[in-house]
Amino acid sequence: MTLHLETATPAGSGGSGPPAERTRRGGAWTARFDLLATPYLFVSPYFLLFAVFGVFPLGYTLWVSLHDWELAGDRTFVGVDNYLSLITDDAFWNAVVNTLGMFVMSTVPQLVLSLVLANALNKRIRGRLLLRMGVLLPLVTSVVAVAVVFTQLYGRDYGMVNWFLGLFGVDAINWQNEKWSSWIAISTMIDWRWTGYNAIILLAAMQTVPKDLYEAAAIDGASARRQFWRITIPLLRPTIVFTVFVSTIGGLTLFTEPVMFDGNPTMSGGATGQYQTVAMFVVKEAFRDFDLGYAAAAAWLLFALILLGTLVNHSLTRRIGGTE
Amino acid sequence: MSKNRRRGRFATVTAVAATALAVASCGSGEPAQPTAGGGAASAAAEPVTITVHTFGGGENFGYDKAVETWNAAHPNIQIKYQNLTDRFEDVYLPQLLQRLQAGSGAADVIALDEGAMGLMKARPQFFTDLGQYGLDSRKADFPAAKWDNGVNTEGRLFALGTDIGGMTLCYRTDLFEKAGLPTEREEVGRLWPDWNAFMEVGKKFQAANPGKDDPRFLDGPNTLYNVILFQEAPKNGNVAYFDKGDKLVIETNPAVKTAFDTVKSFSQAGLTAKLSSFTPPWNAAIKKGGFATMGCPAWMLGVVSGAAGESGKGKWDVAAVPGGAGNWGGSYLAVPKQSKHPKEAAEVLNYLTGKEGHVMAFQEAAAFPSSIPAQQDPAVSELRNPFFNDAPTGQIFGASVKDLQPTFLGEKHAQVKTSVEKVLEGMDQGSVPYDQAWTRFLGAGVKAAG
Repeated sequence: MTLHLETATPAGSGGSGPPAERTRRGGAWTARFDLLATPYLFVSPYFLLFAVFGVFPLGYTLWVSLHDWELAGDRTFVGVDNYLSLITDDAFWNAVVNTLGMFVMSTVPQLVLSLVLANALNKRIRGRLLLRMGVLLPLVTSVVAVAVVFTQLYGRDYGMVNWFLGLFGVDAINWQNEKWSSWIAISTMIDWRWTGYNAIILLAAMQTVPKDLYEAAAIDGASARRQFWRITIPLLRPTIVFTVFVSTIGGLTLFTEPVMFDGNPTMSGGATGQYQTVAMFVVKEAFRDFDLGYAAAAAWLLFALILLGTLVNHSLTRRIGGTE
Repeated sequence: MSKNRRRGRFATVTAVAATALAVASCGSGEPAQPTAGGGAASAAAEPVTITVHTFGGGENFGYDKAVETWNAAHPNIQIKYQNLTDRFEDVYLPQLLQRLQAGSGAADVIALDEGAMGLMKARPQFFTDLGQYGLDSRKADFPAAKWDNGVNTEGRLFALGTDIGGMTLCYRTDLFEKAGLPTEREEVGRLWPDWNAFMEVGKKFQAANPGKDDPRFLDGPNTLYNVILFQEAPKNGNVAYFDKGDKLVIETNPAVKTAFDTVKSFSQAGLTAKLSSFTPPWNAAIKKGGFATMGCPAWMLGVVSGAAGESGKGKWDVAAVPGGAGNWGGSYLAVPKQSKHPKEAAEVLNYLTGKEGHVMAFQEAAAFPSSIPAQQDPAVSELRNPFFNDAPTGQIFGASVKDLQPTFLGEKHAQVKTSVEKVLEGMDQGSVPYDQAWTRFLGAGVKAAG
């Protein structure tokens, strides 16, 4: 289209005035439209999808959160009442504490371990490819399957973990019963699945670090450990920031593992909410107690929490490598 | 965002659930049958499919045979019957409410647990008026309270009763024998005229099973709590958590306190296996003999036989419950307004809640009929249950529902029930200290009702 119009315009310019003018003006308009709008048309699918599945739900959730809105029932506008009662709701803060607690308990060892793992896989070792693929395997399994198997391992009466501890004379632990025990159980599920994933990403980044840096350092007499801390870590910074962000978002929306760990989809996370996360709290309010407005408000607070968490992590991870 | 993601999850669940299982049956494709079935009406009408959705563990509603029988006789109205889940309050009910609000996705005939009737009564906009199809003529078939629960706030009939709970106690004969207790059901029933006597038997049982891995006397807090709550409710104005004006009375209703205190004393005496009901470990313990007794309304027999499997046959039996009659649970069928074939759906509903449907469900799942003609049918009153040592379940449950006073349940009964029972489970399993349990229990109830 564009080519044809451009050649047509000069050819018509020698002829009679008005029609040519019109053609040119029309042509210029199309050309300008083409130049300015086409790029937007090309990127528009993403924005359309984002508007439908991202912006609209966000806005609608905000609208719902300003109502006393019962599932398949009455709705009345209440302004910010839901938010006000949320910030004084012990159950909500309990869920926030659980979410943050399990996030820290799972993410910190996970990232450290994946860094160590990546470093090990970066060495010349026998069966490197097999090992690299091996650490990624847990990611292929479904979250539900992982949670089901782990929940059985942590079973009170017939679980393997208790059997093993029993060999050392430890009494059977009811893993669901206490905060610390349930958090450990859930954190191990998360770590089992995601450590390999982060290790592979870090490994990929490690391989982009120029070899001559290490060689130069080795000539200067730097030990392997010193090379790791002084060369590998600083150069991995952008990748570490990425893994921290992704883990933060994943950790703060933790849902499937604790739900499956409970055994029942009551969303209460244990008898007294020992491991109820904010995501579970939202589902419980909306689809167990049928209080959609309250749940929507909690969803928005969760959104704010994730923003805050990501910002805090951003400022922390910026300091990695120290020297800048 | 997270909300959006979860919607996706729910949508998947719904989609999976909606892939209906066709009930394979019937050679009704033969051309001879429509004429045999008779009637110009059936010949003229397009064949319609009526979907029926139920819930429940084990044998659940026991409609397999009833549906097969109907489909064979009605080539123009085929029933597609599907049991969606074994969990009502936290799976079936939220899905159903979403489908009702969305205006599509609900079945033509849906099952409702008694606990949600308050909620559904207050939402007449979602249900077909069954009186329109002449079903209000069935009034004489049902006990008054069962009938009244199916009438909504606009005074229209929207649901008819299926089963009724009644109340008995299931016990393991093999474990009783090992503990030196009698095993014959009449004798066992005489052991415990009231809950104090039941406690004494429990202590005797536990003394014979002192080990850490030995079976416990009771399953956990839930079944015991519900049995006592619904025995006590009739003594306190026939209400549980809400009074008849739908005001929360959990703090003042002595029935709730009595049930709570009794459960607490059994838990403190170490007689429970600390299991929450309707969980995989609970099912496993039914199968493996992890506990010796549990509260059993009629529908629970189907749950027990389903969970225990063939190997459990003859190990369980049914005895009279301490403390007398009561009713726990029981269900209803209704036709949502969104049904495209309300007339045919009402016909199917009429059949399933009729004498024939009730009797077949009782034979299949031990769901005791709420229909009076069905209760009087010899097929019900004389039925014995082979799984439970040929216990005369017809007679036992017939006696237990005789002077039944069904309890009024408020609009938010289901939510309150789920929340307070969580606290009971926590108390039994040790995460809620006994001295704080009552306060926490009330707190959870008030919050769920708010």
